[in-house]
Amino acid sequence: MSELSLKNVVKRFGALEIIHGANLEVKDGEFVVFVGPSGCGKSTLLRMIAGLEDISGGEIKIGGKVVNDVEPAERGIAMVFQSYALYPHMTVEENLSFGLRMNGNPKQDTEKRVKHAANILQINELMQRRPKQLSGGQRQRVAIGRAIVREPQVFLFDEPLSNLDAELRVQMRVEISRLHKQLGTTMIYVTHDQTEAMTLADKIVVLRAGNIEQVGAPLDLYDDPANQFVAGFVGSPKMNFLKAEILERNAAGVTVAITGDKNVRLTMPVTGPLEAGQSVTLGLRPEHFVDAGQGDADLAVTIDVAEHLGNTSYIYATTAAGEQLIIERPESRAAGNRNTLTVGLSANRSFLFDSAGNRLR
Amino acid sequence: MRSKSQSLLLRQIALHAALTPLAIIWLFPLWMMFVFSTMSDFGIFSPEIVLWPSTNFVENFKNLQADTDFLRAMFISIGVAAIYTFLSVLLTSMAGWALARYRFVGRSIVIGIILGTITLPFAVVVIPQFIMVAREFRLANTWIALIVPPLFNSLGVLFMRQAFSMMPGELFDAARVEGVKEWQIFLRIALPLARPTMAALAIILFLHSWNNYLWPLLINSKPGMMTAPVALGTLIGLTKVSWGGIMAGAIMLTAPILVVFVFLQRHFIAGIAAGAVK
Repeated sequence: MSELSLKNVVKRFGALEIIHGANLEVKDGEFVVFVGPSGCGKSTLLRMIAGLEDISGGEIKIGGKVVNDVEPAERGIAMVFQSYALYPHMTVEENLSFGLRMNGNPKQDTEKRVKHAANILQINELMQRRPKQLSGGQRQRVAIGRAIVREPQVFLFDEPLSNLDAELRVQMRVEISRLHKQLGTTMIYVTHDQTEAMTLADKIVVLRAGNIEQVGAPLDLYDDPANQFVAGFVGSPKMNFLKAEILERNAAGVTVAITGDKNVRLTMPVTGPLEAGQSVTLGLRPEHFVDAGQGDADLAVTIDVAEHLGNTSYIYATTAAGEQLIIERPESRAAGNRNTLTVGLSANRSFLFDSAGNRLR
Repeated sequence: MRSKSQSLLLRQIALHAALTPLAIIWLFPLWMMFVFSTMSDFGIFSPEIVLWPSTNFVENFKNLQADTDFLRAMFISIGVAAIYTFLSVLLTSMAGWALARYRFVGRSIVIGIILGTITLPFAVVVIPQFIMVAREFRLANTWIALIVPPLFNSLGVLFMRQAFSMMPGELFDAARVEGVKEWQIFLRIALPLARPTMAALAIILFLHSWNNYLWPLLINSKPGMMTAPVALGTLIGLTKVSWGGIMAGAIMLTAPILVVFVFLQRHFIAGIAAGAVK
């Protein structure tokens, strides 16, 4: 049993509240990713779960046991740090076995666990090296190995890949995913990179300014964001937001028009208390634009820059109202030669948000 | 056109040409100390200036040993400096570790007070310290009187605190998560990583103890308990001053420091430069 639960968890530094009552349930064996911009409190929350930061209020349970006042070592967790935090004066083998040796674990068992971890991570040939003789990826493997030897109930990862270059990051991402499948242990992973979150997670927890904004499976967050922040954070390139206005309520929902171009109208099945003339924000993902005439409305834009990646193109454009857009088109080699482009918008692929950023449904 | 290596060579020559006279000026008194230690008193005071060593060193040393038990004084000096250095590095490391790594009420006040004591000249402290050690504790003419009072070295505390503050905190967090006890973290992770700083501090503290004159002079004036500099100093007041003997003693006082410095020079310079760049 290694589920984890947070109930109204609060963190204060003096008068400053950093985490405002976080609630979360993590099932046994789940891979949960905390994602959010820097300073949102995700690392603090992870450190609170680890026991490296005291909690100012609420309750943390690991494996059904309240661990608020339990020492980090007794919580059944292992943590991988952003800086790897390998002991520079010890060899890889000593790094892996250090915690067990210091706790008086039997020598044979320690050796067995170290060997097992080394096999899983394929670092057998590095055992006698010092951290400074390893590459970034190898160091990260050793750091993960050090977590594995503890045989924890829960793995905690604090931005473990952010010091690696892009190519290695992708490779390690796959390895961490494979490791999760192999070990089947609960993992909590902190990152500011939404791509990492989308690819690794069973469940994503989006944080902003110490609040949990939304919890859900990656595609649920993508398809059905709870608010404008989540909508903007999940998906790459990020969602476009255009100022719009409610024209009328009708049987089908509401009809909205883009500010600055009253002809671009979409009727969306929104039932909330909305009035004609109210300002709203229309959200459209770059990949959800369609060809002109194929959607529910057409939008003419001026092309600023077009990036052609071969299979797809990103078009950076400006609307008549001067708002910036990113449009993803599958094939548009010719787009770069033109100044203007007309694309279609689909009502069922668009999102509506009120002025406070809440989703209108 | 001059090549790059040529101009580098010329710069090296110019640099050495400028530094050599300075080195000679600095080394000349040391050389003469050595020369005098090998000459008879008659030779030292002869009007003719001799720049090369003679053969009287052993004779001079015998005189020195006869006037004052210099070998015993050397033994005390070495023993005091070694024990003092070991204990002081240990103590200042522990204090530095606590001040660098633990948050507790009044921490900045403690650091402020320690910093403040650096600005106090020893002359201000020496009388109360003497009264306390000699009168209250009755420890005059003991090893403890030489070793213990200067043990808590505020410069050392700040030195070690700086070294521990610069180590990444995640290292210690990682150990805590692994269930490593605080004292094990200090002994097995922090201290090994602070080794260069400790080496530099050890040299500074050893020198401090070795060269210390005023305090040992005051507190340990009994012949059998004097340190070497104090023993050497007592010779100057005698009716007949044996300069050859004094110079021989001075050579013996200087030699160990030179040896230590040559072996630990790298650490010494690293310690002084620590914190200069990130």
